[in-house]
Amino acid sequence: MCEKDLVIVGAGPAGMAAAISAYESGVRDILLLERDQYLGGILNQCIHTGFGLTYFKENLTGPEYAHRFIKKINAIKEIEVSLKSFAVHLTNENVLTYIKPGALEKIKAKAVIMATGARERTREMVHIPGTRPAGIFSAGLAQKLINIEGLLPGREVVIIGSGDIGLIMARRFILEGAKVKAVIEIQKQSRGLTRNVVQCVEDFGVPFYLSHRIAKIHGKNRVEKVDVVRVDEHLHEVADSMFSIECDTVLISVGLIPENELIEMAGAVIDKKTNTPVAQEINKTSIPGLFVCGNSFKIYDLVDSVSKDSIHAGYQAAEYIRGLG
Amino acid sequence: MIKKITCIECPQGCALSVDIENCRVVKVAGEKCPKGKDYAISEVENPQRILTSAVIGVGLSLKMIPVRTDKPIPKERILEAAGEIRKIKVARAVKSGEIIATNILGLRVNLIVTRDCS
Amino acid sequence: MKSVPVFDVLVIGAGVVGAAIARELSRYKLSIAVLEKEEEPAFGVSKSNSGIIHPGTQNPAGSLKGRLCLEGNILIREISRELGLDFKEAGELIVAFTQDEIQRLLTIKSEAETLGVPGLKIVDMAWLRENEPNLNPEAIAALYAPSAGVISPYRLVYALCENALKNGAEFYTQTKVENIIFTKPGFEIQTSKGMFKARYVINAAGLYADETSAMVGINDFRIAPRKGQEFILDNKKENLTNHLIFPLPSKVSKGILVIKTADGNPMIGPTAEEVEDKEDFSTTEEGLKKVFEGARKLVPSISQDDIIAYFSGLRPASGDDFIIRYEDKAPGFINVAGIQSPGLTAAPAIAKMVCGILREKGLQLEKKEDFICEREKPIHLFNISLSETEKLIKQDAGYGDIVCRCEMVSAKEVQDAITAGARTMDGIKFRTRAQSGRCHGSFCTTRLMKILSEKTKTPLTAITKSGKGSEIVKGERVSL
Repeated sequence: MCEKDLVIVGAGPAGMAAAISAYESGVRDILLLERDQYLGGILNQCIHTGFGLTYFKENLTGPEYAHRFIKKINAIKEIEVSLKSFAVHLTNENVLTYIKPGALEKIKAKAVIMATGARERTREMVHIPGTRPAGIFSAGLAQKLINIEGLLPGREVVIIGSGDIGLIMARRFILEGAKVKAVIEIQKQSRGLTRNVVQCVEDFGVPFYLSHRIAKIHGKNRVEKVDVVRVDEHLHEVADSMFSIECDTVLISVGLIPENELIEMAGAVIDKKTNTPVAQEINKTSIPGLFVCGNSFKIYDLVDSVSKDSIHAGYQAAEYIRGLG
Repeated sequence: MIKKITCIECPQGCALSVDIENCRVVKVAGEKCPKGKDYAISEVENPQRILTSAVIGVGLSLKMIPVRTDKPIPKERILEAAGEIRKIKVARAVKSGEIIATNILGLRVNLIVTRDCS
Repeated sequence: MKSVPVFDVLVIGAGVVGAAIARELSRYKLSIAVLEKEEEPAFGVSKSNSGIIHPGTQNPAGSLKGRLCLEGNILIREISRELGLDFKEAGELIVAFTQDEIQRLLTIKSEAETLGVPGLKIVDMAWLRENEPNLNPEAIAALYAPSAGVISPYRLVYALCENALKNGAEFYTQTKVENIIFTKPGFEIQTSKGMFKARYVINAAGLYADETSAMVGINDFRIAPRKGQEFILDNKKENLTNHLIFPLPSKVSKGILVIKTADGNPMIGPTAEEVEDKEDFSTTEEGLKKVFEGARKLVPSISQDDIIAYFSGLRPASGDDFIIRYEDKAPGFINVAGIQSPGLTAAPAIAKMVCGILREKGLQLEKKEDFICEREKPIHLFNISLSETEKLIKQDAGYGDIVCRCEMVSAKEVQDAITAGARTMDGIKFRTRAQSGRCHGSFCTTRLMKILSEKTKTPLTAITKSGKGSEIVKGERVSL
């Protein structure tokens, strides 16, 4: 079993900021694990602007924002980067197991920072009834298909939920020549940022239904249509308000859930409702020396705030390691 | 005529009330900082947007290379410009910030790559 | 005109029944064809099966399905060993809440004992507290049937098909039977992929068994689909119960159950709703409500937040019992219809029974000396230890290339599934579990599409969820 001062899981904005800050705070033996073949995490598929307004005072795209951190990581030789590396097991003594093509490695770390991000809530979690044909995507999957793979998931799209990724994807589909037939939000207000409502929905005249929800998805092999109903202030269906929208694609954008299965496996206390670690202080868990930062600690609206708090996580981990002597 | 718009310069999202006469802004109210007024004028008189998309990489490490315009372009030309960008292909290694197409739609706006690709 | 070969036996349908029959027949020197209208086997009724291997309780005395269930429960263990499947003998509890219900348990117990179900006993409250701590504390007793078990329904079908194929049976997918002409003797089977000829035809067409039978003039039964909605819970809840938990049965079904599965994720359901449409696979808000009420009556701690997936299946019901018979009006035609619960359990016994009928009706069944009864157990990282995983990764780097994060599925497993016959995203899911976890494929879909595209030399735009018409994407930017 290898030993390391600090292992960081995830090289998205949170993990990269934490690694750089831990180095700057004096840690010299750092392993940064990333499951993808590139650094940057989800920023690589967020090709739109709106990043860095507070942190860099510039309006950057996701890849540009990531690039500024990637350059720094690559310049610090004490940060060992392992790509295509997948953490599979963690104990309460910070023994971490990961798998990569050709090897399974087990490492005892003085401190671990989990920067594992979040997953998207699914259609199943909001219990949308109906059939299960092709053509139902999480907004993030659709974003990956278009921006990374160059594939167009659908031509006539209905977006469920008004989270930022969903709104951004409304515009993205339109720019790729597809038609966005509606954005459906159960709440009275958009969940996403105003700039996204303006620039992604209003700019293109996409019908935006607030206080509405999907009653049913139809289609045998491929999505054919959705039934939509209006809801009252208690989110109950309003009688006789049902109408249908024909579409071949449904995008689900109903929020994110922090990925904390590994710290749960290690025995850290988890809030069951939010799937976040229960802790007295930001970035901490109930296990000493185990830190969590970025979207896995709590869901952030802006990557700028992720960077700021994750820098603090790097500092906290360095302090902890120093305290061990 | 009074038009209600939301400022998008920062996440505060001030609700602006803009007094418009003959397509010109004569008065702005509701802004919490000076950016609000500038935003209202630009948004009413000449709305502009940065356009982001991706172009296809031929024989490169990435299938899709993300791109953006280096300056905002008029809102009403966005779809047309997006259609032009979809036709572009890149067959050489590029660095983030590099220009790959110039003077899109004659708007004196260039297209730049936003991610390194070898 | 090109001459069409005449198969000794042609099986219509590659669900668990058709697959079990094909595998059983492949022991003998026969030419066998299996026709399946879907893109892959198990895509009909079998894919929505819950995977319970029933002990034989709750079948009417003297019924065909009772006898075949009991026999199948024994045979399935041997098949699991031979074909490398994970069968878990979980045991089941039928739970009683009142003294009256205990009386009904006693009736069920004595009926089942008459049938020959082994090891039955009534367990009391103290036993239940000890052995099933999450069970509703209001439960006062239960009938314990230790021989109940769980298996993966689709992996059972794939194992049977792969083994039958290895022993010479021929499989034709996307081959829909359109008409059958009785040629006295033998049959001409007209399909969407051309004409087939056979001496004997076995109708295991599931929901469409009535329509298929009518093609040879036998129309004295009707398949009345009965919908079952099921809800799958996160595999973090794997140890929610230690047994399969049943309420007392109603007239039409065994009720809403809390089901352990071979893959770990508990499942709750099913509903039992008569529907007209054989393609109505939708779930409803009422269904969710009903299942939750039922499941929480048994295990009150189940929460709606635990749901990660749901689906509907249709049971191909026809009356109260299975219909398995040689049709004298169309000599050579055997109906195997109305195979609803406990059909998965009974399938291996049904297969033996069908072979018996064929032999009795004059088909010569001569054993092959070179019959291969075993199949190499496919590797699934999700059910082996990390130290075993480490060994595998050293042998083949592909096991270290994790594709599905929720269920820990490697690129090698996906490639092996495609080699074994997976052609669609659902086919990969059923074989490997990739896409079946809590993120529902958000993470792995693109990678799976690429592996499937490369291995089968299919363009990405032609990759489907479950066959033609279910293409995942609608277009691609191309670099021409």
